Amino acid sequence: MNALVADPLVALVGNPNCGKTALFNLLTGSRQKIANYAGVTVERKEGRLRTRSGRRVRVLDLPGAYSLRPRTPDEQITCDFVLGRLPDEPRPDVVVAVVDATNLRRHLRLVLALKRLGQPVVVALNMVDLARRRGLPIDGAALSRELALPVVETVGVRAGGAQALLDYLEREHAAAEPVAAPGDHPVADAIPLDEPAAATADMASVAADQHEVERILGRLGLAGVRADTPSDRIDRVVLHPVAGPLILAGTLFLMFQAVFAWAQPFMRAITALIAALAGLVATVLPAGPLASLLVDGVLAGAGSVLVFLPQIVLLFAFILLLEDSGYLPRAAFLLDRLMGSVGLSGRSFIPLLSSFACAVPGILAARTIPNARDRTVTILIAPLMTCSARLPVYTLLIGTFVPARTVGPGIGLQGLVLLALYAAGVGGAFAVAWILKRLRRGSALHPLQMELPTYHVPSLRNLGIGLLQRVEVFVRRVGTIILALMVLLWFLSSFPVPPAGYPGAAIEYSLAGRLGALLAYLFAPIGFNWQISIALVPGIAAREVVVGALGTVYSLAATGQDVAGQVAPLIARAWSLPTAFALLAWYVFAPQCLSTLVTARRETNSWRYPALMAGYQLALAYGAAGLTYHASRWLLGPA
Amino acid sequence: MPTDRPTAAAEETLGLQDLPPHTDARIVAVEAHNGRETADLAERLAEIGFLPGERVRLLARGPFGEPLAVRVGSDTFALRRGEAACVRVVAIGPAGDGRP
Repeated sequence: MNALVADPLVALVGNPNCGKTALFNLLTGSRQKIANYAGVTVERKEGRLRTRSGRRVRVLDLPGAYSLRPRTPDEQITCDFVLGRLPDEPRPDVVVAVVDATNLRRHLRLVLALKRLGQPVVVALNMVDLARRRGLPIDGAALSRELALPVVETVGVRAGGAQALLDYLEREHAAAEPVAAPGDHPVADAIPLDEPAAATADMASVAADQHEVERILGRLGLAGVRADTPSDRIDRVVLHPVAGPLILAGTLFLMFQAVFAWAQPFMRAITALIAALAGLVATVLPAGPLASLLVDGVLAGAGSVLVFLPQIVLLFAFILLLEDSGYLPRAAFLLDRLMGSVGLSGRSFIPLLSSFACAVPGILAARTIPNARDRTVTILIAPLMTCSARLPVYTLLIGTFVPARTVGPGIGLQGLVLLALYAAGVGGAFAVAWILKRLRRGSALHPLQMELPTYHVPSLRNLGIGLLQRVEVFVRRVGTIILALMVLLWFLSSFPVPPAGYPGAAIEYSLAGRLGALLAYLFAPIGFNWQISIALVPGIAAREVVVGALGTVYSLAATGQDVAGQVAPLIARAWSLPTAFALLAWYVFAPQCLSTLVTARRETNSWRYPALMAGYQLALAYGAAGLTYHASRWLLGPA
Repeated sequence: MPTDRPTAAAEETLGLQDLPPHTDARIVAVEAHNGRETADLAERLAEIGFLPGERVRLLARGPFGEPLAVRVGSDTFALRRGEAACVRVVAIGPAGDGRP
């Protein structure tokens, strides 16, 4: 391969819900690189493919867009990219306009707009199988004639479904020679370069395009066809005013049930594995700083976080399945009125649901909200959804301090407390949104304009690829930020070494111990001791670290005993009930991890909102913890 | 604009938000009804397919009467009442098999 010649760049462009991402996955498999576009945080998904003759092609999956008049940051990127307006990004050599064959009426308008740009365009007539099954007379050759563009048929969800597109790319674009300039291309020849027209499109030109689409559909015998689809029949039940909310509640219940119940065996296996590793290190290495670093720092720290990988996988699996099937927008539809009462729209539901797994993807998902104010508020309250990072803290404290008895048939007290903590987070989020609504007078008119796409059977392949990407992000985080923090904390907790004959635990003499003693003044009024105060410090970097940090602090504090990983019995002795409850309340509103703040900074392009976010959460957390501490002391009597 | 709609005299236009469920209608105009603020809204509606001459049908209403699930062309969109009010329609009759 001639290394000097850049591989041709193919950009996939299409309306949202045209099956573009499935097609992208099919074309590139796992050879994908996910990054951000320079300067903005719109996800940039690039993949590579090899044609049958072994030629390489770069493929870019651009965010879905309804038109080339951008309304959201995502659409802006797509538009700028196709027009070659992005710095550091080349103009694509060929644009693949992905259209849903079952819905040409709308998708063809974007094709007309793309065609006007004068760039080589090939139309990928996607989901042809579905269209034919519905009896639509889909004729790729006729469409190609009418559009004066090459048309290939694809099925994004079937192996081999992209072969026609691959063959086309091989024939036309995968040349080993320098790629032809757009003007030299036979397709581009026929099309006048008409860039300003795209930029100044108005309602009249939208209507003109629609006329052209109607004309084409008329010629293809597709005009006026609008059968009652299976999707409509599903919607009659799912969007029903009574049945709909019940189905939604059942779905969410099943999801959370699965996350807590089904993940248990896997979590136990991971715990056992880490314990075995710690045992192995202890037998191989002599007792000393190195063994302590590995057992107390690395394994106790990172291991306690890795343990809830199964829960993250399950939660994301549910979210990806619901998203892929087309159900999520229906859920948003049903919840729109409820969310509207606190000044949000149903569109905020999807980012908030993702935030139960992690606030970072939740905040990223807020990009799909076109209304700037809604988007900001959604970003601000996303961290109040109980993310999976808080689970280990909850699990530890509930397991230790809440008795495992039943309060009704099949209802455990521990589960009930967990549910209450989730509810407190959601309630807090709604309260904050409501206050923000009162504080900021936005526009009275709140558009929703949300597409309810046709239902699809979710593709396992897409689910697999999506999950793999999430797992990779999580494991990388554990392996880098979290591990580094744990090692740093171990160092701070171990040095300086106290002089011989020091009466207290070694950690009290260390840097962390002294820092904790200072912080304890601040946290004593809400019932936190110095050990908790130390653990809270790395907890700001990443919430889930707190459990590991408590493990590190207590295992180092417990003089003479090997207690790594055995936090529960220690805190059961050391903490009063009000202290434990106060810590739980703290974590409902806990100031978020740094990655959330950094993500919010990038997404809002200012430090104002992350600062506001950290500030209000700190105040809420301190207030809630203080209230809980004193209320439970009053109720239970001082411990 | 398409010419295959009933004569103007027989027409009685109404806002899309007032269309009875499962009734077919034809869009006669997409316009701002509330000053500058909805002008942008009307344009956006046009972009997703709410154009004069297009057929619409109200498929469902949310739990408390809002939002509205609207079929336009072959797409379904959820709109709030304020958005739907930008779309003036004329009813054609109870939903049939979808043919004009």
